[in-house]
Amino acid sequence: MVAKRIIPCLDVHEGETVKGVNFVNLRVMGDPVEMGRMYSQQGADELVYLDISATNQGRGTFLSLVRKVADTLNIPFTVGGGISTADDASRLLDSGADKISLNSAALKDPTLIEKVAARYGSQFVVVAIDAKLLENSWRVMSNGGRNSAHRELFEWANEAESRGAGEILFTSMDNDGTKKGFAVDTLAKLCNQLSIPVIASGGAGKMEHFSELFLNSGADAALAASVFHEGTLPISSLKKHLSSCGVPVRIV
Amino acid sequence: MVTIIDYGTGNIFSLCNAVKRAGLNYTVTSDKDIITKSSHVILPGVGEASAVMREIKKRGLEEVIKGLKVPVLGICIGMQVLCSYSEEGDTESLSVFPERVIKLRGDNIKIPHMGWNRVYGTDNPLFNELENGEWFYFVHSFAPERGVSTISTTNYGVEFSSTLNKDNFYGTQFHPEKSGVAGERFLMNFLTMNTLK
Repeated sequence: MVAKRIIPCLDVHEGETVKGVNFVNLRVMGDPVEMGRMYSQQGADELVYLDISATNQGRGTFLSLVRKVADTLNIPFTVGGGISTADDASRLLDSGADKISLNSAALKDPTLIEKVAARYGSQFVVVAIDAKLLENSWRVMSNGGRNSAHRELFEWANEAESRGAGEILFTSMDNDGTKKGFAVDTLAKLCNQLSIPVIASGGAGKMEHFSELFLNSGADAALAASVFHEGTLPISSLKKHLSSCGVPVRIV
Repeated sequence: MVTIIDYGTGNIFSLCNAVKRAGLNYTVTSDKDIITKSSHVILPGVGEASAVMREIKKRGLEEVIKGLKVPVLGICIGMQVLCSYSEEGDTESLSVFPERVIKLRGDNIKIPHMGWNRVYGTDNPLFNELENGEWFYFVHSFAPERGVSTISTTNYGVEFSSTLNKDNFYGTQFHPEKSGVAGERFLMNFLTMNTLK
């Protein structure tokens, strides 16, 4: 059986890894290429790089960064942020990305998922969904969590899958930055409804949050940022903990 | 010189980088003369079976590939076209390996098989200094059945051949260029193989 994956996420702004709480108050964490190399050595199974800069200049910087990452990294990596067209996706593929992650642009034009999947296969397309619980309904947010997309989480995730998404990356905005654990129940429901892998994101604070997630939700992978960037949770220790709980993980 | 065969499909960036990181020179080409003079030949792992076979035929490379005497490594789809047949696109292939490539089937498995999985039964120079049960990175929906060329198996719904070997021809279903340190070791084992004794 496949191993449950641990995925450090690097938010990149103007060439630097940054971290914010609930998508605001950015702090610089370090060089994305070096951090990626270090995480691979520690046993990360995959990496996600998100371009959170909003300028054309920032986009260009990011593209050259993707090339440097591809030069250095010996594990798969996904890139996302600001991908609006199938040609944007092509540029990232040509720069060496293994997968791309679509978010706001797919909400605006869901056929983008089909276009990219038709060109490069479903395994290349991750659909990232940011959502928060409002009046007992998980509402999907766009533009880095700023705007309501007027969509409901489960309905949108199912549509993304049927349009050709290869994976769903679900971030619970209610959990993100809290370090109080993943949205396990919601993830369990999501995994149950989908037949493609689900990456859980938002809320990781300690090792037990990861074991709780994998033992109770069916999630295929867990994504986190600050617990790894701040060094509070070394990936090698996390993997040992998961293995001792009976979660299949790749130990390096 | 290592040659990576160019069949004009997809992105072989990571494979090129992995060979470069191994400290070797490589060329990406479909030129027969260069291919036949290479020390090692790699068929990269991008595309779809029938499209890759069409490109190989269009470039007149069928007999060139089958006649190679140097170590040849097919990665993912590059291995699948070295098999006899693929269910993907109902494709008659190069028949270096007699095995057939079939769609992964099984209860409660997600397709494509994507992620890290274990590789067992690896008594072959390709696996020098690698553990039996080592983890490698897979992304695929089709795989060769088990057969006489099988040198390792992996379980995903069914047991399939994760690597094949016949004479100087090797094939791997996983992506060594994406498989961390184990993948680097595996590629190095191939790239340091001598030409057929």
